Amino acid sequence: MTDETGPILAPALEMRGITKRYPGVVANDGISLEVRPGEIHALLGENGAGKTTLMNVLYGLAKPDEGEILLDGKPVTISGPADAIARGINMVHQHFMLVPVLTVAENILLGDETMANRVFLDRREARRRIIELGRRFGFEIDPDAKVGSLSVGWQQRVEILKALYRNARILVLDEPTAVLTPQETEEIFGVLRRLAAEGHSIVFISHKLYEVLEIADRITVIRRGRVVGERQPKATDEDDLAALMVGREVQLTVDRGDSHPAGVVLEVKGLEVRDDRGQPTVRGVDLEVRAGEIFGIAGVAGNGQDELVEAIVGLRKPQAGSVNLAGQGVTGNSPRQMNEAGVAYVPADRHRFGLILSFPLADNLVLTSYYRAPYARGIVRDPKAILRDAAVAIERYDIRTPSATVRASTLSGGNQQKAVVAREFDRELKLLVLDQPTRGLDVGSIEFIHRQVIAKRDAGTAVLLVSAELDEVLEMSDRIGVMYAGRIVAIVDGRTADKNAVGLLMATGGEERSASAAAVPA
Amino acid sequence: MSAPVPVAGARPRRSFAARTWSVLAVPLLVVILSLLLGAIVILASELLVARPACSTVTAGTPCGFDWMLWFTAYAALVQGAFGGSDAIIQTLVYTTPLVLGGLAVAFGFKAGLFNIGAQGQFLVGALGAVIVGVALAGAPAPVAIVAATIAGIVAGGLWGFIPGFLKAVSGAHEVVSTIMLNYVAVQLLAALVSGPLKVPKSPSPVTYDVGNAAFPIFLGDTGHIGIILAILAAGLVWWLLFRTTWGFEIRSVGASPDAARYAGMRPKLLTVATMTFSGALAGLAGTSVLLGVSHSMTSSFGTTVGFDSIAVALLARSNPLAVLPAALLFGSMRAGAGLMQINAGIPVELVDVLQATILLFLVASPVLRRLLRLRNVQAGIATAAPGQSLGAGTAP
Repeated sequence: MTDETGPILAPALEMRGITKRYPGVVANDGISLEVRPGEIHALLGENGAGKTTLMNVLYGLAKPDEGEILLDGKPVTISGPADAIARGINMVHQHFMLVPVLTVAENILLGDETMANRVFLDRREARRRIIELGRRFGFEIDPDAKVGSLSVGWQQRVEILKALYRNARILVLDEPTAVLTPQETEEIFGVLRRLAAEGHSIVFISHKLYEVLEIADRITVIRRGRVVGERQPKATDEDDLAALMVGREVQLTVDRGDSHPAGVVLEVKGLEVRDDRGQPTVRGVDLEVRAGEIFGIAGVAGNGQDELVEAIVGLRKPQAGSVNLAGQGVTGNSPRQMNEAGVAYVPADRHRFGLILSFPLADNLVLTSYYRAPYARGIVRDPKAILRDAAVAIERYDIRTPSATVRASTLSGGNQQKAVVAREFDRELKLLVLDQPTRGLDVGSIEFIHRQVIAKRDAGTAVLLVSAELDEVLEMSDRIGVMYAGRIVAIVDGRTADKNAVGLLMATGGEERSASAAAVPA
Repeated sequence: MSAPVPVAGARPRRSFAARTWSVLAVPLLVVILSLLLGAIVILASELLVARPACSTVTAGTPCGFDWMLWFTAYAALVQGAFGGSDAIIQTLVYTTPLVLGGLAVAFGFKAGLFNIGAQGQFLVGALGAVIVGVALAGAPAPVAIVAATIAGIVAGGLWGFIPGFLKAVSGAHEVVSTIMLNYVAVQLLAALVSGPLKVPKSPSPVTYDVGNAAFPIFLGDTGHIGIILAILAAGLVWWLLFRTTWGFEIRSVGASPDAARYAGMRPKLLTVATMTFSGALAGLAGTSVLLGVSHSMTSSFGTTVGFDSIAVALLARSNPLAVLPAALLFGSMRAGAGLMQINAGIPVELVDVLQATILLFLVASPVLRRLLRLRNVQAGIATAAPGQSLGAGTAP
């Protein structure tokens, strides 16, 4: 493709034919990537496509088996992160590397190479530079604010400032918008555009297609460790990118069809729940989910969604209020009682709750039913029955694995989640509770899981869906409750809801009512 | 977070030999390194002893510097442990409590619990066995043996139940509470043996003999039935852990307490049950020494079996079947140490040095793995995806 529009500059960064093999796996297979000064270059690919490996190579965390890296046209060998930073390459990780109890200035100075040989910090100079840098890129930040008190969006700006403070010329952002609201995402995009205008090169890693189309100057798509295409945002669209990324045509928007809600299955009244630190986190929630409907809960992470869900499925004892399942009081029941009453639960953190990573896949597939026939007779387990049903589940839910006996940790994120889904979906259900069911998954797996959820709904299951991905809630839900500071502040119709209105409700709790005309206060 | 995609036909499947090596390499290397270090200790201690030059003394007197002393010592150690049927039986007798104690500690590890209190449970188990054994010393042997053994198991189980219960209700860490209970056990034993259990008018604190409650001998002069009990216990623990729902729950709690709770298991109840069962195994270890070897109890009863058991469990990497060879290694060193002292003049305490270095090297085994460039199941991939590199969670 040579339809360049701008002036052709020498690339700030060029990676040529990078190949990185791990035992039994080629993570990067001759990947070439070229980033020009002032360019926002998106790296698009599914989980497991090799994006992170490529960036680890760039950051000196992994040695490539073949290929070379050129900075400003000169070949370099990058020995490690410190070396990369010294050469002006900086990475903003998906999970922020910030110390919450330290101030913005302290976090930025932390681990700064220019500080290595000095005993005392020149705080005054540091504060001055931080304020100046912030102004230059369009945001004012208080260097003395504790990072823990900042919102996620601002924490991300601190991460970016940290890189700029170290004179980064090439900035790598790994899924920067995963934790942001739509408004925060827009703001960060503004910052990135200014950075690019000043001549910084930005590598933007993502699997969100519309974002990439919005922010990138060029898009490189990789699949299974290879570059499968390069696109200009103007000359492509979401369907094209998705097909490139997955390797086949993908249905991006869920065809949710009509729902036929019946009687109320889940009824929550005045529920109050505390978090692990004893803070009241759910502060009086009322909601109803009917059979055959998907009730979505939208909200910025940390507004009580996890605690609400945990109280419903029995993992957390509520302080007050009641939970009824199909007319039966189930408040404070144990997780097993809930499970046996026909409630399935896909937890937000599959590594911590949903799976035991060091256990074989087959054991994980019976994690909630291991004690029942046919998997056990009395206390004696039946490995044959477990393996037999595992083979069926692997087939039916398309779990890609060498065998049922490999450790769950060896599967990709998508396949791990499919295993959780296989375990939880594969029986008669009254209520299905999903907490972040597709977080961090690739397009193909998301599509698969969404279809399974719709199928469950159509079979008459009540579905409670919690997601920090507003798009997911909007696409899937028949009704949406917006959760803010432990309360459901509004319930809106899932088919007519306006994304910006819901986003605003998520961010403010509905104080600015004018912007949320579609919202009906709960 | 991206993990590399497996390439078709190039699955990370290693040969049987390679997998066996990756399991055995570290324990083997640890033992070899410890023996090397032991050899250095032997030679160093030899250097410190001034000996006359050989030309100045009559034949037969120790003289000069013996470069091969380490070999003499190790040869004597092996001969003492395996030279002849009596030696082998003696080795098995030494091994028996180590198997049971090692199983106790390994069982705890599987549930994510570090039972440092095996020593205390061992002592209290022996105490239970001696109390009932002495009381039933004149009863028919089968009754006396079974009752005394059960008493030992129950007593050890009780001593394990306490820290398990404390952990479940208050979160008290089992490492702290079991260490404290070890001291309580030592004092309890001393008080009882020099008080109510003491043979009246005996010059030293000692209990009566357990008489008919003593384990029958079935091998040579000293091979008691505790040996069989230990082997059966290893099989039983393996079966419990890997073939029953109870073992599945225990391993789940050990590997991921959160996932276990999510799955409807009850981690607190399992903690109590695991510590109780672990204590019962350690109690059986004490019982086997008391009913099988000493038949009565003095206030100095109990060596360091409970502590050695921790090393056994670590060396066996918490696998109940691997506990058998690991315990045999330590048991044979104990059994052979006497001959080593006689033949090579090396004090039996060298065995403690060897055990301690084995423990140290085991703790440092991640370093060894790196030096050996041994792959974990998914190293390499783990560097690309740090979130997926969770360990098996066997050792604390």
